[in-house]
Order: sequence, then C-alpha cells, then structure tokens
Amino acid sequence: MRHLIKDKEHLFRMAALFVAGIFVFVILRVVMVPKGFGTLGHYRPGALEDNAKKTPVFAGKPACLECHTDMVEKQKGSKHAAINCEACHGAQGVHAADPEKKPIRPDPKAVCLVCHTANVAKPKGFPQIDPKTHMEGGPCNECHAPHHPEKGPEKPAVQEAKK
Amino acid sequence: MSEAKVDRRDFLSSGGRFLLLTSAAAAAYEHVLAGAPEKAPNYKTTEHWWAMTIDIDRCIGCGNCVRACKTENDVPIESSFFRTWVERYHVEGTEMERPEVDSPNGGYDGFREKYKAGEGSKDFFVPKLCNHCAHSPCVQVCPVGATFVSPDGVVLADKAYCVGCRYCVLACPYGCRYIDPRTETVDKCSLCYHRITRGLLPACAEVCPVNARIFGDRNDPASPVSVALKEKRVRAMKTALGTRPRVFYTGLEGEVD
Repeated sequence: MRHLIKDKEHLFRMAALFVAGIFVFVILRVVMVPKGFGTLGHYRPGALEDNAKKTPVFAGKPACLECHTDMVEKQKGSKHAAINCEACHGAQGVHAADPEKKPIRPDPKAVCLVCHTANVAKPKGFPQIDPKTHMEGGPCNECHAPHHPEKGPEKPAVQEAKK
Repeated sequence: MSEAKVDRRDFLSSGGRFLLLTSAAAAAYEHVLAGAPEKAPNYKTTEHWWAMTIDIDRCIGCGNCVRACKTENDVPIESSFFRTWVERYHVEGTEMERPEVDSPNGGYDGFREKYKAGEGSKDFFVPKLCNHCAHSPCVQVCPVGATFVSPDGVVLADKAYCVGCRYCVLACPYGCRYIDPRTETVDKCSLCYHRITRGLLPACAEVCPVNARIFGDRNDPASPVSVALKEKRVRAMKTALGTRPRVFYTGLEGEVD
C-alpha cells in the first residue's frame, strides 16, 4: 500500500492519459458521427429524406387525368382501360409540370409491338401477333384504336383527312 | 501528508479537464438528440408498410418496368446495372431442376423469340427486384450503417454515407445491388421511395401494362397489395434463408429460387 502511494505519480499520468483519450474520442465522435445517427435505428435519419427528395420522372396517371379528363370515358370497357398512360406514352413528368412542353406522339408501329409481339414465354391468353405476317407490322392504329382496341380505328375522320 | 496536498496548478489543470470533458459530452449528447429528421409533408413513415406482389402468370416480358426504372432512378444504362430486371425461364419437359434462364440486357430491350411453340416446354418471365427483406443480410453486414430498413418497410441505401466497400453487394442473396460507377457507392431498388412518399406508384408498377406488379400499403386493408395477399396464394423467394422478403410472387415455380 505504501509503495502505491509513493508511486502515485504513475497513476496520475495513466489517469491523465485515459482522460485525454476519452476527450479525443468524444471530440472525434461529435465531429464524425452524422447528425441524428441512431435516433431511428443504426442509420442516418437524413437518408430517408435523401431518398425521398428526388423529383419523379413519371408523373403518374392521376396527374394525367387532371387535364386529360376525356380519357377515362374513351377507355371505358376496354382491355386497355387499366393501363396507365405512361406505359405507352413514356415518362411525362416534364409535360405534367409544364403543359407547354409537348410530348412526342408514340409511334403506333413500335409501341404496340412492345407488348403484342408473339413470344412463347408470354401467357397463353395474351393477344400476340407475328409482325412479319400480321399486316406486315403496319401501323396498328389503322385497324385498332390504341385507347380502345376492341373498337375500330380511333379517329377515322382524321385519318381520312390525311389521305 | 505531502501526498494529499493539491497545489493550485494541479487543481486548475484537473478542473479544467473536467470542465472540458463535461462540455464536450453535453455537446455530443445534444448532437445525438437534435437529429430527428424533417418529415415530408403529410407523409408519416410509421403509418405505412409497403409491399409488392408480382403475378408471374401475367408478366409478358415487355421490359417496360426495366426501362422505366432506369429512367426514373437514373440507373447507368450499361447492361450490368439494374434495380429491377426480367428473367426468362425455359423448362423442357419435366426437367424442373434444370431450367434454362436468360435475361438479355435485363429485359431492357424486350425478349426476342428464342424457343419454338408446341415443343412441350414451359416458358415464363420472372421480374426481379430487391425483396425488401425485413431481416436483411445487406443491412446486417454494412459496417457503417449506410443501408437500413426504413420504418415503412423499405430497404434503403444512404448514398451520402456509403463507403463503397461492396460487402452488401456480396451479402444480398438475390443479387439486387450494384455499385454505381459514377459515385463508387451502392445503389439499389428503393421501391421508388421518392414516388411512394408522394402517393405515386413505383415507376415499374406505374408502367406495367398487364398489372403484374401490384404495389401498396399493407397497413391499408383495401390497398391492392393487401387484397392480393389475402386472396392469392403467394410465396417469397429463398424463404429458407430467413430473410423474410416483402416482395411476394404468385405462380412462382420452385426452380426460380
């Protein structure tokens, strides 16, 4: 006991080292651990906002129907009624934010074949055609209305006028 | 009793150290407390429980989901980076154990006909994406906490905090992660977190023309995904691993696992 007290200088030095170590640790922790880390789990809660802040590129059907109100009626009763607009028309977030920026009209030859080209792996009940034999892959909308394929061509008047 | 004597220098230095330490500790504690995140307006993470079901019998392999996902989430266009992709399975006769699987460019350009009809084979498409496991291996292995399960049930990556160690890429049993070559950090399906928090569908579900991807909130009994989970026989992939996925498949063959 006596020699312990005699050599207490060493103990003080050790204690000082420990205190300095803890001090450095606390400072480093304050600097390096991101804000709020651990409040919701072992992650940075700000990452939730980081993931949520991006602007959608696809506007979503509700945004389309805000202006294109006639489309619901047009598609009524059709197999295509359940398809969202951007499945064929592509991403329209830019157009939805600024209606002045007009989208490109989808090419009826290409857009239909994305789904309706025959493939063995497709479900058996799904309507499929071989573009080589079926109308030679001609513009589908001459016979099928894209928004209501069970009906005939969509705008015969317009197509007549073009001819 | 000279040992017990404390001179002014000792007192000041130890007292000073003590004061510094307590103030640093207080600052650190305040720092930890101050981190409650700002919520997106009208969106409460605790009120939702997102899930997706995929109907294999409906998928036509058009690749709309793959293209929309790359557009929506700015995924590199090269054929090794996908948040979602579509695989084609070809089972000849009863060779259930040895399916032929291909996924040209992840299904981005659709699938060219490769097999002939009427040869007695079984062919189908399987769309794949992050399974958003409740007990996720990728979350467990991340050394820095840069990937996590959000309170609304989505496995998210923190690109700002990721150190790019690739451990999670190796850990994921479903192969759903990649390292973005532009940032050298991890990227993965977030179920379009920026869309679902705004009340929109994920891009893949939005553009699916046959409604094969059903997305919704399991906390809402009327949501399409709740209805599908109640009415259909579903199963998740690689359940034996105990990952508890939250992406469910209807019509999933055993050989797909």
